[in-house]
Amino acid sequence: MEIVIETKNLSKDYMRDDNSVTALKNVSLEVRCGEFIALMGPSGSGKSTLLHLIAAMDRPSEGEVLVLGQDLRGFRKRQLARWRNRRIGFIFQAFNLIPVLTALENVMLPLKLTILDAKEQVEHARTALELVGLGDRFHHFPRQLSGGQEQRVAIARAIATDPDFILADEPTGNLDAVSANDVLGLLAALNNEHGKTILMVTHDPHAARFAKTTRYLDKGMLLPEGQVPQDWMATPVPPPSATTPAAQAQAQ
Amino acid sequence: MAVPFSYNIRNLLVRKTTTLMTASGIALSVAILVASLALVDGLRAVFDNSANPLQLLVLRKGGNSELGSTVSTEDFEILRAKSGIAIDRGGQPLVSQELVNVANLPSSQNPKGMNVTVRGLSPVGIKMRNVRLVTGRWFQSGKREVVIGKAVSDRYPSARMGNHIRFGKGDWEITGVMDGGESVINSEIWGDFNQVSADYNRQDSSSSVLMRATDPVAMDALQHSVEADPRLNASTITESAYYQSQTALGAPLEFLGILVSAIMAIGSGFATANVMYATVVRRGKEIGTLKTLGFSEGSILLSFLSESVLLAGFAGVMGCLMALPLNWVTTGVGNMMSFSEIAFRFHVSIEALLSGLIFAVVLGTAGGALPARAAARKEILTALREA
Repeated sequence: MEIVIETKNLSKDYMRDDNSVTALKNVSLEVRCGEFIALMGPSGSGKSTLLHLIAAMDRPSEGEVLVLGQDLRGFRKRQLARWRNRRIGFIFQAFNLIPVLTALENVMLPLKLTILDAKEQVEHARTALELVGLGDRFHHFPRQLSGGQEQRVAIARAIATDPDFILADEPTGNLDAVSANDVLGLLAALNNEHGKTILMVTHDPHAARFAKTTRYLDKGMLLPEGQVPQDWMATPVPPPSATTPAAQAQAQ
Repeated sequence: MAVPFSYNIRNLLVRKTTTLMTASGIALSVAILVASLALVDGLRAVFDNSANPLQLLVLRKGGNSELGSTVSTEDFEILRAKSGIAIDRGGQPLVSQELVNVANLPSSQNPKGMNVTVRGLSPVGIKMRNVRLVTGRWFQSGKREVVIGKAVSDRYPSARMGNHIRFGKGDWEITGVMDGGESVINSEIWGDFNQVSADYNRQDSSSSVLMRATDPVAMDALQHSVEADPRLNASTITESAYYQSQTALGAPLEFLGILVSAIMAIGSGFATANVMYATVVRRGKEIGTLKTLGFSEGSILLSFLSESVLLAGFAGVMGCLMALPLNWVTTGVGNMMSFSEIAFRFHVSIEALLSGLIFAVVLGTAGGALPARAAARKEILTALREA
């Protein structure tokens, strides 16, 4: 299968109080088309940093990020902005909806940057909202929605432009168990039924069960597949059970 | 593609109090600017409407105002005989010998009294002006009777039909009120030339002579003829130029108004910048989100700049609305050339309102430029961490 995301020896160092802190060290990761990978690890292991580098929201200290074989290092800010709009759907932990815009308008935001005309933008946004089960919430403002519904709007916004892949940063971090299950189920469905490639950062083993693959980061380094950090206190992610969408998909 | 405009409008509506407070500051600056322009415009309109382009004012040589000028009766007779002078239906040349002085009238605003121009003139002088009697009758020759301008009647409680006012050597009965449109006539008191001259002991001279030429070509010739006549101790000025020179008395007021507006604008500009900076900080996460969605630095800059300009534009409209009622306000200003008060109505013109709006937009752009730039240049991750 085609490689959508490829990182090669990716490193990121930060300066903190005159000290250099290594957030990522020589991370090489491949994400293939149609994969749903959960990226786990303890706090400070570099999960979000890796996600930000892949989304070109930050620049690596060393190494490279290739998206569909394209190296982003030579891109200017404006090109990167356009690239983000066309290639990525990003889901934030805190939803990050624009509070003064309705659900429909929020979903239409990334579509404003496409070649679609106004009518098509509305149609696409409506379709995306219907897909996440919010066909009756078009004109609701974020404050009129529950947390789970807000995250669904954010997911609709992430998929509205039909991006090459979806990056989700702790998408259930701000949700209760029921809403979290709904959102995770939705991501799994997007992966299973619509073939969306998803890279999800989470520290919740339950959330990771919805992914097809789980990879661990420890102290900025990506562990080999199947390996769990030694001091990882959380319950290791069991193989997909028959009840998770990932397992159902695999069974199919 | 820009961030939707509704994003900015709704953000302004959400922050109603802040928006209103900031807008009020800008609106006040705009209102003062529009008021200053309206004042000068009103004054200019009065002087513009006072002049007839075919009329020539003759003053003593070197004189620049009627009040300080003397033209002898002998000179008047020479002037009357000049060629190129228009004549009325009765065949009389349109040449008016006039005496100008001031009378002190107490007003509600100034109980100690304000100077009002008294003009002594003959019926031909009335004929030469665009004036009509609103009420009463014209003064009679040889009597201490006067007709007062509409603004004098409105502004001075003692100047009412049938009342007597005191100047010269005694009391003068007010027999009528005249309306000369938006001109200085409304700020004057007119009486019979001979009677006024007698009261001021100037029977053998006048302050000025007003002449009407038959046409523009004759006007030039007439002016040249008077200036070049060795028998005359007189200089000429077209009535238009005479009143235009008096318009200059509005310049200090205009300057003062613009100065106050400019000082307030600096304050309002800083206030706008301050509010916009706070907005940029408060909406850091939104900026980060917009950038993540693919909006460029240029789009973000334009969005925040639009918001600032929108705020200022709204303030501009507020300021114009605040200044608009001035259109119905009449005020007076001291004329240093005639040592008397000229009443005029504020004239809030379309140009003044447009100037106010442009001023507001410039203010919004200046105040919003740096915060908008700061918003645009925020790094995505830094912006996303701001909550």
